[in-house]
Amino acid sequence: MRKELQVAALENGTAIDHIPTEELFKVVSLLQLQKIDHRITIGNNLRSRKMGKKGIIKIADKFFREDEINRIALIAPSVSLNIIKDYEVVEKKEITLPDEIVEIVKCNNPKCITNNEPMKTRFHVIDKEKVILQCHYCELKINKDEIELK
Amino acid sequence: MKPKSLVDINDYDKDDIVRILESAARFKANPNSDLLQGKVCATLFFEPSTRTRLSFETAINRLRGRVIGFSDAGTTSSTKGESLKDTIMMVSNYADLIIMRHYLEGSARYASEISPVPIINAGDGSNQHPTQTLLDLFTIYETQGTLENLTITIVGDLKYGRAVHSLIQGISHFHPTFNFVAPEELHIPDKYKIFCDSKQIRYREFVDFAPESIETADILYMTRVQKERFTDLMEYEKVKNAYVLNNEMLNNSKSNLRVLHPLPRVKEIDQDVDDNPKAYYFQQAKNGIYARQAVICDLLNMEYHK
Repeated sequence: MRKELQVAALENGTAIDHIPTEELFKVVSLLQLQKIDHRITIGNNLRSRKMGKKGIIKIADKFFREDEINRIALIAPSVSLNIIKDYEVVEKKEITLPDEIVEIVKCNNPKCITNNEPMKTRFHVIDKEKVILQCHYCELKINKDEIELK
Repeated sequence: MKPKSLVDINDYDKDDIVRILESAARFKANPNSDLLQGKVCATLFFEPSTRTRLSFETAINRLRGRVIGFSDAGTTSSTKGESLKDTIMMVSNYADLIIMRHYLEGSARYASEISPVPIINAGDGSNQHPTQTLLDLFTIYETQGTLENLTITIVGDLKYGRAVHSLIQGISHFHPTFNFVAPEELHIPDKYKIFCDSKQIRYREFVDFAPESIETADILYMTRVQKERFTDLMEYEKVKNAYVLNNEMLNNSKSNLRVLHPLPRVKEIDQDVDDNPKAYYFQQAKNGIYARQAVICDLLNMEYHK
């Protein structure tokens, strides 16, 4: 039987696979995909043997910096990331949380200076496995399920 | 390297703390000098705190420094919507050092990152108040002759008490043993128990203000149990008188015991304790002047030689 691709193949670029369906649009916004004019194919609720349902994003001719890509680990640490060249997967990347996260997460403490002053937020990742962040300023700890993106 | 600002007691390592306490002892022996002559210090109190501000200003005035600042943000441009950054940048043009209290948590850390002059955090919301910790440590050092291997009993609100949490961290370098005495609702948060475990610090928890917790102590650190901290007011009514110290309770205490309190006190220490030579909370408040003189001069690299 012919294997049918659910989303068109990519000649060159980055394919992000196995995205939990409920996190797909958060990944779009984390990578700021709405701001780039590369050709982007987004699929959601696709069949997945591993996950049941999944999301996938393919971005043509775009290769992300390590720190950009590692942001995804905040919400979907289990995605697979493939670098495609000439229709072939040339590299599979692991994503890992960085030690520090600047700007993309909002502090949940309304009395934190970062919510009251035009400034960047900054968090220390104090537990990479459980995804626990600590605000550099007010010292509040934020668990994975409490993370709110800016 | 010596820290440039003092935002959090954890900015200071053991050597920093010892250096500040030795310096505070020299200031206590001779609090008046012209060490800060020609220096301008700003006290920016975005949230009023008369006690802390007067202590800082006394510390500076006794060293002949000059003070500028405000005691209430209502009279400043921050009511016009000026950012903290702009206020700090402006004041750092005028002053050699900035002492600030702010109702927002993390404000002093942010100020220390943007300010060209040193920042002393005099309280950022419920987060940190490191000079309180240094004056507590100085008082313990002064009354016991050492900080090493002391048994410290801390009573009252151990859940929210900022002074308590910083004291635990500040004295953790010196092998203390803790007795934590608090009602169920205000018991010590797990993170401080984990912290003690990680540093191999022994501690015991008491729900009652048991005689044993007083009799084994070198320092009895009392704090206020505040009504507004309770979700269940019935619970407050039950415990409000359970953590009150009176003179009789000190009968079997060690001769070197001293009773401390970050003040203001409400009812948690009976007035009959005040005349007991073991009561030391007013001297403790006075020590704030010398600890603050030590911190200010340390951050300005002013050595005390006389």
